[in-house]
Amino acid sequence: MASTIETAYADEIATKKQEWVVNDFSIQVATVNGSGSQTSNTVLMRSIFQMGVPVSGKNLFPSNIAGLPTWFTIRASKHGWIARKKDIDFLVAMNPETAGEDVLGLEPGAVAVYEETLKLDQIRNDLIFYRVPFAKLSAEVTKEAKLKRLLANMIYVGVVAQLLSIEMEEVRKAISRQFKSKPKAADLNIKAAELGFEYAEKNLPKRDRFRVERMNKTAGKIIIDGNSAMALGCAFAGVTVVTWYPITPSSSLCETLTEYLAQYRTDKKTGKATYAVVQAEDELAAFGMVLGAGWAGARAMTSTSGPGISLMAEFAGLGYFAEIPGVVFDVQRVGPSTGLPTRTSQGDILSVAFLSHGDTKHIVLIPASVEECYQMAIDAFDLAERFQTPVFVCSDLDLGMNNWMADPFPYPDKPIDRGKVMTAEQLEKVGKFERYRDSDGDGIPYRTLPGTPHRLAAYFTRGSGHNEKSEYSERSEDYKNLVDRLSKKYETARKFVPAPVLSSNGSNCRLGIIAYGSSHWAVAESQAQLRAEHDIDTDYLRVRALPFNYDLKNFVRNHERVYIVEQNRDGQMASLIKLEAGGDTEKIRSVLHYTGIPIDARTVTEQILRQEREG
Amino acid sequence: MPTLEKDKPKTNRIGLPIADYKGAESTLCNGCGHDAISSQIIKAFYELGIEQHRVVKLSGIGCSSKSPAYFLGHAHGFNGVHGRMPSVATGVMLANQRLIALGVTGDGDTASIGIGQFVHLMRRNVPMVYVIENNGVYGLTKGQFSATSERGSKSKSGVANPLPAIDCCQMAIELGCSYVARSFAGDPKQLIALLKGALSHRGTALIDVISPCVTFNNHPDSTKSYDWAKEHEEPLHEIGFVPYFDQITVDYDEGTATDVTLHDGSRIRLKKLDRDHDPMSRTGAIRMLEEARANSEFLTGLIYIDPTSIDFVSLLNLVDEPLATLPLEKVRPPKDALDEIMQELR
Ligand code: SF4
Repeated sequence: MASTIETAYADEIATKKQEWVVNDFSIQVATVNGSGSQTSNTVLMRSIFQMGVPVSGKNLFPSNIAGLPTWFTIRASKHGWIARKKDIDFLVAMNPETAGEDVLGLEPGAVAVYEETLKLDQIRNDLIFYRVPFAKLSAEVTKEAKLKRLLANMIYVGVVAQLLSIEMEEVRKAISRQFKSKPKAADLNIKAAELGFEYAEKNLPKRDRFRVERMNKTAGKIIIDGNSAMALGCAFAGVTVVTWYPITPSSSLCETLTEYLAQYRTDKKTGKATYAVVQAEDELAAFGMVLGAGWAGARAMTSTSGPGISLMAEFAGLGYFAEIPGVVFDVQRVGPSTGLPTRTSQGDILSVAFLSHGDTKHIVLIPASVEECYQMAIDAFDLAERFQTPVFVCSDLDLGMNNWMADPFPYPDKPIDRGKVMTAEQLEKVGKFERYRDSDGDGIPYRTLPGTPHRLAAYFTRGSGHNEKSEYSERSEDYKNLVDRLSKKYETARKFVPAPVLSSNGSNCRLGIIAYGSSHWAVAESQAQLRAEHDIDTDYLRVRALPFNYDLKNFVRNHERVYIVEQNRDGQMASLIKLEAGGDTEKIRSVLHYTGIPIDARTVTEQILRQEREG
Repeated sequence: MPTLEKDKPKTNRIGLPIADYKGAESTLCNGCGHDAISSQIIKAFYELGIEQHRVVKLSGIGCSSKSPAYFLGHAHGFNGVHGRMPSVATGVMLANQRLIALGVTGDGDTASIGIGQFVHLMRRNVPMVYVIENNGVYGLTKGQFSATSERGSKSKSGVANPLPAIDCCQMAIELGCSYVARSFAGDPKQLIALLKGALSHRGTALIDVISPCVTFNNHPDSTKSYDWAKEHEEPLHEIGFVPYFDQITVDYDEGTATDVTLHDGSRIRLKKLDRDHDPMSRTGAIRMLEEARANSEFLTGLIYIDPTSIDFVSLLNLVDEPLATLPLEKVRPPKDALDEIMQELR
């Protein structure tokens, strides 16, 4: 079956490198969106996962419903690296539109499985090609045109499984899981996968070095995307009011949350809901509802992405200045403006940190993993109520919409923190209430909820100037007192927000790396590369929140150079750190990646090495 | 010394004097229509004997939006951002459906910067009273036309407004609002009856009140001046209010009045005047407003009501207790639930 060029090159490889590359490669499947390939990709990923091999999956999709190119990348890594791998080792070219380009992008020695009519083997001669008649094979299973396309996608799962020694039994299991409620569809898909498997067995002699071998590194693990993890966090944090406006890539957060709430937060006896979900008319209204609800005592949240954040600026200032709790999840995508709606970025950090006009600064939580998406969602509600202010949780498209492996989430061990809320009984006892008075010296005043049956409870909330008694005031002293207290409150928050995570190599390590959010995985892997390939040790501080914990200043002080790794053009976190680090700013350098594609370790390593060389 | 009965201040059915329902001293211009409306709000709550801790006052930005500080001093108030009071009010009512929400806004706040939120509030039928203090101008920024100013109405400096007015009442009916009324700050008797009716209605109750701005829009060429309104006001009916707790019914001649029973059992009594108007007819109400616009008539009264409508919060089928104060065990699913979810994700 194989062409002579293919065979010749395969022989060359076979003689050059005999050893197998086991559980350490990336597969990219290039398809058309809306073709059902998502299911096939999930099946392929899960099959590897079920063989105990750590995996991660990344979907690169267009802002379109059907018909445009989509790429799904699966990385198998025996070391547990789950960042994107820079090079593709194994391509499945199913999309005629992009196949040529896809093949040209591969490194020599990579594998390409392709539909026979595409004739990709004529483009390059330094790859290992496997030609498969997908269209013909799917015609064997069904005559229906639409079904044919869907099944062609399952056929490649079978082909890839056979080529990579993925056990067919695991594929069957993964398919059954995927089509849990539709046994008929499951049978048909299993048949298609088996067909691909058998075809490969008979017609495609193994000529590449990649294979999957059973390991034991995924036992007990779960696979989940960050948006779902955040949704779970919200449901278990006791969220009561959810408002949202559809926007990629955050929509699935509230949609998944709505499903969880319907299932787990409906009173079994009465069928009544312990939550309210509203699809708002826009992001302004979504945040307005959150603040109205938060003011009245609900645990309220909304989720959005960049364009929504811009619209929310006005209410963000009101929430900060009038001291109203609320949680905003920002699943970042590429800006400015509409930008690249389906690509990932960490480009909102600076605008979120100071969102709104005037002197405004916010508490921002930055999860790096799905575990943290879950945990920080819970923390965010506690912090919002403790500090009576909007709290932002910034994840991104990569973290939010892609599938990540994780340990099962722990059940929250703390009761929820409703903050300083005075009841009628407490008002009666104290005999006095001044809404904006700092009676505890931590900058956090006491509040009352509307509906509190006490004559002292009422106060007037406003976004205009006010004094401690919440009366309208334009007096300079009142204004200064107020904004200084808000600053003090922000200082207090330092000790309450999630602290940075430090991984240190001891006192004589010269280089420091700072990163946050989903960049973490590339940095962790890059550290290993720097050590293994260049004998360079690095200390690593992962920032998890704003305001910074004080550790950060020390970290900068204690290193000769500090590389701040982030996924935006302007080094936004670097700017914030420079503000914080005082005199040490010349030590701070940036490692930036802003292509819309998730950052990878090789890019981090190369940029650090280059800057080290250049001095 | 014993106090004489006649020296004791008069009190309402929960034993409070009217002074208790007042707020801070108004800082609006002397004679501003908004203050006249505030007085009727104070009186309505007093006469209905509503406990103030159950009330939330909400507003946006503008002269009108300042006024909640000047009434019901023992109720929580929320003076938010320009044009966004509807979303805040919606959030409040989701958090605590037992509250009574009173929104006070202006024509700029509602018909220009806030028209989007206004539209969706009406469409959702969020349970609240929504009062527009409508004077056709931006007072706080010194007299620019607003979107409710009639075409041809002149500014203080004599410039005629070239654009047509937005009729908030007509919009509201089309959008699904279930209680739509128009009144005039200079007609306290009608206004208080409409306010009380609104407070007994479950759903959005809109009252568009022509409330002259004495400083910037009270000149003879303005269609939002006291004189113009007084001259042109044409009440649709004489309107009375019978609260649910009041057993006394005033006799009236058969056929001269209709009663509309509201959600809490109170009744609005409409005594017929010159024209026939059935406020339960949506198409009739819209047609009437269209005709009034064509004839430059200023109709006041209860324009439309649907006493059977279902409000937004009821649609959501929430538990009876306010969401805001649900205890931990009601809002955090048990450990089994998390275990089950984790099992499915393996
Ligand atoms: S400017 Fe007009 S609307 Fe504003 S307070 Fe004065 S009279 Fe009233």
